[in-house]
Amino acid sequence: MADFDQELDASGLNCPLPILRAKKTLNGMESGQVLRITATDPGSVKDFESFAKQTGNELLDSSEEGGKYLFRLKKK
Amino acid sequence: MDEKKLAIIATKGSLDWAYPPFILASTAAALGYETQIFFTFYGLVLLKKKLNLQVTSLGNPAMPMPLPVPVIMQTMPGMQAMMSTMMKAKMKKKGVASVEELRDLCLEAEVKMVACEMTVQLFDFNKSDFIDGIEYAGATTFFDFAGDADVSLYI
Repeated sequence: MADFDQELDASGLNCPLPILRAKKTLNGMESGQVLRITATDPGSVKDFESFAKQTGNELLDSSEEGGKYLFRLKKK
Repeated sequence: MDEKKLAIIATKGSLDWAYPPFILASTAAALGYETQIFFTFYGLVLLKKKLNLQVTSLGNPAMPMPLPVPVIMQTMPGMQAMMSTMMKAKMKKKGVASVEELRDLCLEAEVKMVACEMTVQLFDFNKSDFIDGIEYAGATTFFDFAGDADVSLYI
């Protein structure tokens, strides 16, 4: 079983698009569901931390894999 | 929890200066801020239905250039159009959103956009050239919102 409910590929997108797309996707999700995001923008690492801090959606993990940044956000 | 508020004044209408207001407004909206942008003077062109935003290196010595071009050459006809085309192509390649896209995202996120009525009169702008869903008002209306904003920016 996958450890997320929805997936968003923000590869190739630059600031602020990964955050905006993530927010839009979260809007269509239920509380407690997990969104996995793939991004290539190195700035998104700090930005997803800040997004989580400011919006109350929990950043479950943040990792890098072969030039891709992976995040899992749990909807508040 | 009370919603935070961001008030922005957008005064510039070139391609490079178009980005900060729309990037900050769309991001703030995503973070839950109630956001308003007041467009005045050259910033008003950012509200036109058909955007034709340009960038120039003239008077902007910090603009990175692929090749060093003497200033006298930069004044030649067609140089501004060429630089603007190159900048837009570079942005697309780097995954930077277009101004149109960011503006649409702002509208979708209910960022309120207010056009300065005085500027419309001053430059004889035609309101039918502007996008729908905006308001026309003056400085007093800006303060009605900005007066209790948490962040206010002049761009």
